[in-house]
Amino acid sequence: MQAVKAEGVWKYFGDYPALRGASLDVEKGACLALLGRNGAGKTTLLRILAGLSKPSKGTVELPGRDKVGYLGHGIGVYDDLSATENLILFGQLLGLTNPRETAVKALDRVGLGRVKDGLAREFSRGMRQRLAIARAFLHEPELLLLDEPFTSLDDRAIAVLQSLLSDARHRGATIIMSTHQIREAMELASHVALLERGKIVHSGLQTPEMILDPGWLYRTYGEPQ
Amino acid sequence: MSGLVAALAIARKDLRTELRTKESFNSSLSFSVVILVLFSFAFDLDRESFYAISGGMLWLVFSFAGALIVNRSFARELPNDCLDVLIASPAPGWAIYLGKTIAAFVTLLMVEFISLPIFGLFYNIAWWHSPVMLALVIILATWGIAIVGVGFSAVTVNVRLRELMLPVLLYPILIPVLLGAMGTCTALFSDDPGASGNTGALQLLVVFDIVYTAAGLYMIESILVI
Repeated sequence: MQAVKAEGVWKYFGDYPALRGASLDVEKGACLALLGRNGAGKTTLLRILAGLSKPSKGTVELPGRDKVGYLGHGIGVYDDLSATENLILFGQLLGLTNPRETAVKALDRVGLGRVKDGLAREFSRGMRQRLAIARAFLHEPELLLLDEPFTSLDDRAIAVLQSLLSDARHRGATIIMSTHQIREAMELASHVALLERGKIVHSGLQTPEMILDPGWLYRTYGEPQ
Repeated sequence: MSGLVAALAIARKDLRTELRTKESFNSSLSFSVVILVLFSFAFDLDRESFYAISGGMLWLVFSFAGALIVNRSFARELPNDCLDVLIASPAPGWAIYLGKTIAAFVTLLMVEFISLPIFGLFYNIAWWHSPVMLALVIILATWGIAIVGVGFSAVTVNVRLRELMLPVLLYPILIPVLLGAMGTCTALFSDDPGASGNTGALQLLVVFDIVYTAAGLYMIESILVI
């Protein structure tokens, strides 16, 4: 059963095609690592999947927005709201029945329970990252879209994210994450897709070669440099 | 229903942020007061002439103050990429727009509420002859400024010179609402507030608000997601 289907997706920025007919099928419960070098189109594809950008051509099929959790490059939390207020706001936007209770539980989960009433701007970088992670996982989404989720996280935030991702996989959520960090991605990924110059050049199950040699995928399926 | 709940949540969030930072409110209010004080020194008019331009002067100040408030409306979502998270949420685009308009409307009303007595004091104008009618005009015209201004705030949010672009786009569109408000207020401040054609100006304000609210709510999704 497919959770995400993208077919022939093109995206132009002016005359420049950032995506050139990218197609992707992701099964329900899969964890897909979307790999590719800088400028390959990973963020553009994830932004289209998250509903932040419209494809110039092609179609995308996804679960409803209330079932999707998105963690982008920015942390997406309001500096002048407290941690609890931030999560309550997103809980209300997500239509949760008890946003305050859910927010408090989520903050405890990421280790911010003691500072739940502190303003986000008073938090350290690591704490803000954990707050962002709590926001993305607040409603236990069926589909998680994560854009380079491990980049610039501190060790505690990485541990929190790995734990939440592991739980999400156990409850059958589908995960799509773009990343440069192949080793960390391979610990979680069941599937791998390689984007090169706006095209998916390989998509399939993760194999032992990919774990043993991070460059293998690029050498085997990538375009010659 | 869930869209309205989302709109109210976004309005509450914007107002709470504004209450804590006062970034739009302080700049808008101080700008209004400074302009009112400067105008009072700049013109040496007799009482009748002051009454003749009173509505125009008041609404020029309110519209400038409004531009400062609506300019921050979507721009405050830029730090930390909060706009992305709002758009990716299940809240429809129209709910985001409506919530932000409500917050800008309330903030501008507060600025006007403080500026109006100062205006009366400096220009010796009795603005309280028809309080209900005046309140109606202020509410309708302020909503007009807020709904159009927040719409253009969304259009210019990613433009480098948005502080410059927003007034250039905003004021030509606001001409009908400003004309209606200026004319009605001038009549209300005069000794015979019932004499002029207030009904026509009020109808203009109502039609403007309905048309631009409907158009804005319909088009906002295609402005936010490109």
